[in-house]
Amino acid sequence: MTRSRTVSTASPPAPPAEPGPTGKQNAPRRSRQPARGGAPWRDRPMRTITPWLFLLAPLALLVTFTYVPVGNMIYYSFTDWDGVSPDRDYVGTKNYTEIFTRPELFRVFAVSFYYLAASVVQIVIALYFATVLSFDLRFRNLFKGILFFPYLINGVAIGFVFLYFFQDGGTLDSVLSWFGVGADHAWLGSPESANTSMAGVSVWRFTGLNFVLFLGAIQSIPGELYEAAQLDGASRWQQFRHIIAPSIRPVLSLSVILAISGSLSVFEIPYIMTGGATETSTFVIQTVKFAFQFNKTGLASACAVVLLAIILVVTWIQRRLVPDEKVDLV
Amino acid sequence: MTLTTAARPHPHPQKQKQTRRRPRVGTTLTYLSLIAASAVVLLPLVVIFLTSLKSYGEISDGQGALALPDDWLNFSNYATAFTDGHLLTAFGNTAFILLFSITGTVIIGSMTAYAIDRFDFRFKKLVMALFLIATLVPAVTTQVATFQVVNSFGLFNSRWAPILLYMGTDIVAIYIFLQFIRGIPRSLDEAARLDGANSFTIYRKIIFPLLKPAIATVVIIKGITTYNDFYIPFLYMPSEDLGTMSTALFRFKGPFGAHWENISAGAVLVIVPTLVIFLFLQRYIYNGFAQGATK
Repeated sequence: MTRSRTVSTASPPAPPAEPGPTGKQNAPRRSRQPARGGAPWRDRPMRTITPWLFLLAPLALLVTFTYVPVGNMIYYSFTDWDGVSPDRDYVGTKNYTEIFTRPELFRVFAVSFYYLAASVVQIVIALYFATVLSFDLRFRNLFKGILFFPYLINGVAIGFVFLYFFQDGGTLDSVLSWFGVGADHAWLGSPESANTSMAGVSVWRFTGLNFVLFLGAIQSIPGELYEAAQLDGASRWQQFRHIIAPSIRPVLSLSVILAISGSLSVFEIPYIMTGGATETSTFVIQTVKFAFQFNKTGLASACAVVLLAIILVVTWIQRRLVPDEKVDLV
Repeated sequence: MTLTTAARPHPHPQKQKQTRRRPRVGTTLTYLSLIAASAVVLLPLVVIFLTSLKSYGEISDGQGALALPDDWLNFSNYATAFTDGHLLTAFGNTAFILLFSITGTVIIGSMTAYAIDRFDFRFKKLVMALFLIATLVPAVTTQVATFQVVNSFGLFNSRWAPILLYMGTDIVAIYIFLQFIRGIPRSLDEAARLDGANSFTIYRKIIFPLLKPAIATVVIIKGITTYNDFYIPFLYMPSEDLGTMSTALFRFKGPFGAHWENISAGAVLVIVPTLVIFLFLQRYIYNGFAQGATK
């Protein structure tokens, strides 16, 4: 169909191709030998240039918006630049020593543990519902949709929804009062409670993605495996342990890496909900504040480099531990 | 490739046979857990919807968040959110950014995939490594320096800043196209070559039309993530009339203070388009995001 649409300009070459250019006939023509008459695509210079013409724009964007910033960032991290003035001084590793010696700068990483714990909860919940919904249930698609939908919602909207949810006399307090748990609790008032609450929001928001990933992996298991297992008298748990668990390992390891790098670079929810107040600031919020509020571009760059390095190391460790068969670029 | 197989409604017909032998005790508990989870997901959203229909008086009279609104047709808060909250401008800006960044991503991603899959050239490995390594760099950290690059182009406070950033950093789209393009037989290219088509014609007339399912996936994922993105418009478009749905909603915080009825209406207005898209394109969305995350 598509073939008939191609422009067939008055073409002198290749009489054998005319009757029917099927794949079989073309196969031998792919060899490197120069064609008679030397059609333009075969000359060497054109062929080497063509892919670069296609890659010109993509590579330009990639380099401009990913590699140049990373390079600059590393360079800024050794200066005391404020992001505005034309001059900047080389200060060596001063910014880095500052990060690692001023405990209050490094302490924000502690907040990440709340979100890391939340991701564990999130993965467990997702795994449970993926297993349950991989079987035929009534309203299966409805439940699937409900569980996944939060992942699609705008982060700012989620922030407001849960600000109201945790408000004094808000949704949560009202629900708790049904169960007789009265006392109005300022959920976002103390550091511990605020961080726990927002980690809970992150569970609410991201469980859906993990769930759909797990469900996809479980559903790609051929049904005969379960039948064979049932014939052999395997219990539900044994089926999970020996059939489902091994087949979702790649997706599980992906979820773990997303969880770790995600909890290190939490930004949206706490920034929108508390602005980083009451010790809910995360490393990224702190970095953004250094860069765009206090004009400490040098220090902020050093923070960003540290975070980037941590994430690269974590990814590298994960790749070593679980050789990922999914990464097949070629 | 996974897209085409998974898009069929029942990929595993054998499964139905096997599920008939469900243990009955667990079933009730299973449904209970599903209903509980659904309640947890829906309750916060439903309450925001209820609040958006209330008046300021109803909210402050201490009836609690779960009380039903007096007038179910009270849409005045939506009108306020639209006019005073500048959501109409925001909608226009978001649409503008979506249009250009999605088109750009599709063209750039498919061109890259075509070049990488269909040509052998020097430094091909290096080029692929560049794209691969870029996936590991969390964009949120590099904004400190990206900001300076964007600023030096004079794009700060313009809608082109997010458009370029969304176009330039979407590696997931390239992977989706790359996976798909491998399934298109090379014999099609060869046949067109013999008819005298050059590489660009082949890309435009053969590869691109055949990529339609992959394009649909990329458009959906890219559309939703762009619509939801907060950080980039927040950073690069602080000007009042350059709000997107995210940043315009974020600005509700100041002027509306404790006016939760207006904030709720704004949040509902931001969520509704996503809900509509989700209801109509469910299947593609599941596949798309699963593919996007696993690359």
